[in-house]
Amino acid sequence: MSEVVKKFMYLNRKAPYGTIYAWESLEVVLIGAAFDQEVSLMFVDDGVYQLVKGQDTTGIGMKNFSPTYRTLGDYEVKTIYVDADSLAARGLTQDDLVAIAYEDMDTEEEIENIVEVVDAARVTELMDEADVVFSF
Amino acid sequence: MKFAIQINEGPYQHQASDTAYFFTKTALEKGHEVFRVFFYHDGVNNSTRLTTPPQDDRHVVNRWADLAEKYDLDMVVCVAAAQRRGIVDEGEAQRNGKDASNIHPRFRISGLGQLVEAAIQSDRLVVFGD
Repeated sequence: MSEVVKKFMYLNRKAPYGTIYAWESLEVVLIGAAFDQEVSLMFVDDGVYQLVKGQDTTGIGMKNFSPTYRTLGDYEVKTIYVDADSLAARGLTQDDLVAIAYEDMDTEEEIENIVEVVDAARVTELMDEADVVFSF
Repeated sequence: MKFAIQINEGPYQHQASDTAYFFTKTALEKGHEVFRVFFYHDGVNNSTRLTTPPQDDRHVVNRWADLAEKYDLDMVVCVAAAQRRGIVDEGEAQRNGKDASNIHPRFRISGLGQLVEAAIQSDRLVVFGD
């Protein structure tokens, strides 16, 4: 669709459901897959709650969109980063987060879980390396 | 430099649209190019022609429209976000069986692909919001 390939980073900063940012950010990721860019997702602050396992929204009458995250590997998302400090500040560890698999269609290489917890210095580095940061 | 602008908040409640307006206006005055202004989340509310602020206040919607007129600016409102919030053009109103449309004619409704394309085509994507 486009000859230019940029490093896209979707920066997710907000908890799901309290506001619509998380869901509408996910919609951009899904649509953006058609453009064949180099895509990564970064979760910081309350954004880390978006990846928490076992979400149940029956009590709030909203659609539970958390299963969508597990399909991101099918939408050209190769890397997913989570800020370690944000996780720790909320009493969470990687065990609390969903696993997201990725299969390279060309090489058939399969990665069981592309969710990677990174420290603050790495977060800064990754943002710096990105050509475009979509901030939600 | 070529800019893409994304606005994530509605008018008056948040300053985001005001700040984005002044940024865009200044960039254009300094000779930069603005590839597209994309309205997302509650930002779609910046495009309703029914907005009627008190006379001693700024008119956020008309101000964008005037700027767009002057510089032939492409202002795009996300269709999915707009439909959730009751922002429709003539075509969307008919398709969805609504009795009225409310988008200001200087804005156009389109898909999220327009945001992604703008990010690819521009040197910088600048996002305004909380």
